[in-house]
Amino acid sequence: MTKYLLRRCLGAVVVMWAVATLVFFMLRIVPGDPFAAMLFDAADPAAAEELRTKFGLDQPLPVQYAKWFRLVLQGDLGNSIYGSRIPVSQVLIEAAPRTFSLAVLAFIVSVLIAIPAGLVSALRRGQPIDHGVTFIAFLGLSMPDFWLGILLIILFAASLGWLPAIGYEPLSNGFWPWLSHLILPAIAAGTTFSAIIARMVRSSMLEVLKTDYVRVAEAKGLTPWRVVIGHAFPNALIPVITVMGIAFGLLMASAVVVETVFAIKGLGRILIEGILNRDYPVVQGAILAVSFIFVFVNLLVDVLYVAIDPRIRIE
Amino acid sequence: MTDLAATTADPPRRRASALGMVLRDRRALAGAVFLAVLAVAAVFAPLVAPYDPNAMDYMMLDPPHAAHPLGVDDLGRDLLSRIVHGARVSLFVGIVTVAVALVAGVAMGVAAGYYRGWVDTVIMRYIDLQWAFPNILIAVYLVAVFGTGLANVMVAISLAYLDDFARVARGMTLSVKEEQYVAAARALGLSDLRIMARHILPNITAPVIVLATVSVSNAILAEAVLSFLGLGVSSDTPTWGLILSEARSFVSRAWWLGIFPGLAIMLTVLSINFLGDALRDVLDVRESRDIA
Repeated sequence: MTKYLLRRCLGAVVVMWAVATLVFFMLRIVPGDPFAAMLFDAADPAAAEELRTKFGLDQPLPVQYAKWFRLVLQGDLGNSIYGSRIPVSQVLIEAAPRTFSLAVLAFIVSVLIAIPAGLVSALRRGQPIDHGVTFIAFLGLSMPDFWLGILLIILFAASLGWLPAIGYEPLSNGFWPWLSHLILPAIAAGTTFSAIIARMVRSSMLEVLKTDYVRVAEAKGLTPWRVVIGHAFPNALIPVITVMGIAFGLLMASAVVVETVFAIKGLGRILIEGILNRDYPVVQGAILAVSFIFVFVNLLVDVLYVAIDPRIRIE
Repeated sequence: MTDLAATTADPPRRRASALGMVLRDRRALAGAVFLAVLAVAAVFAPLVAPYDPNAMDYMMLDPPHAAHPLGVDDLGRDLLSRIVHGARVSLFVGIVTVAVALVAGVAMGVAAGYYRGWVDTVIMRYIDLQWAFPNILIAVYLVAVFGTGLANVMVAISLAYLDDFARVARGMTLSVKEEQYVAAARALGLSDLRIMARHILPNITAPVIVLATVSVSNAILAEAVLSFLGLGVSSDTPTWGLILSEARSFVSRAWWLGIFPGLAIMLTVLSINFLGDALRDVLDVRESRDIA
């Protein structure tokens, strides 16, 4: 098992390195030298040349790459070249908790919706409630997450006035202010994920309900409730967790998009603003940060999976 | 992000009736009708749309009524006309990007699966890296590299969906390659290119067609997302995502601006997904990983 985990960790490191390298070279090879934007202020060629030298742009690409990579490993991602010119690492550190809060809450909300929905759907197979759940899941898969965000704002913020429409409050300002700002974005970001999980819970439960050990449990005279919760559900959960791992990526991507709808300055919003402002150090940093979270979560899911399903350990 | 495997494709005779079988499914029929209407509206947008989509001639934020069935936006433009014109961009981007992704992805996948060795390694290393991230995120990354604008968005979406096609094509090629007719073709001395084009390609079409259908809906969604984020087209080309993005600050006063463009996106995506589901059943393609 240690070997398996080591291999996974190594794989994650390689993916991160590949992303960083690709981002570095693509940003510099693509026509229109992105860093020219930085030199716009310098009208006279001498000053431009000085800037180039200062940022090491006069050196060959591999040399630049080696330098850049060493700085990245030290956590130095350069400074924003737009507006405030603060260090990129600082921008990311401010943004990360917002994206993290949103992603975690979206995960919790969607699992809380998906598991009961999937269970009921499986236990009442073919009945109206099953069709209802299946239809809603299909809608959830077809509904753009950012649009759902807008609908939620129209209903719960603009019409009913129950929850704030936009913005973010850090957890240090109190639990409710934090939660109330994140409920709507979390629902919007979690729908696709929720729909996938609900469908998975349903099909996995239907498989398990057919097995002999569930029949035995029923024959023993256990209450239907105990059969489901004690015997069927835990076994049905294993494939669900695999799918959760795969689908978590979609949830993260949704969070990145939904941040714009709710004006939450998380990593996704930082990335988009960086692109719009042609602020390349920020773009680079945000891509690395988002990818890092991504790769890290995938690794976590792999570890979790090993912990839950002993069969993998033996392999 | 779909991993598909199929029973080796059936002769053309069965495929000819495939469309008829697909349309026997009620949801698929509804989807097909909606898409047909949408396609006609998109092609003949200037004739179908009641007003000029960019004319700021009407009362701002006028709610829906007979003259403006879907209302008027914050700049006094007719929403229905903008949505009809938006269908053009959505369908165009959806179809073109998937076509590009399909051709390039299948070519890469077939080459990787047929030649194996270093060709396979080089191609699949990249494909696997891209596979580790969701397509929409890859598209955003690529726009970050290429810059904003409709052309760049289309390149980004095409590249972002390439890995799905490459994986499916490679997997299918690996199994088809072992068939006796491929060995026979090789024994006859046919060139590699000819074997791939005439003997392998026709036998991997079923899962590729199913994947392409689903991908069109995903590509339409991706374009909407990128436009919504402000990375796509400029304001005088209305797209569904852009209309929603512009409406964002007004939705609390003008619900119609938030509802109708999104409804257009959802109905389109839903219709394509219904068609794709029916197509999957008819072509007998098994899904091993059920991720949209």
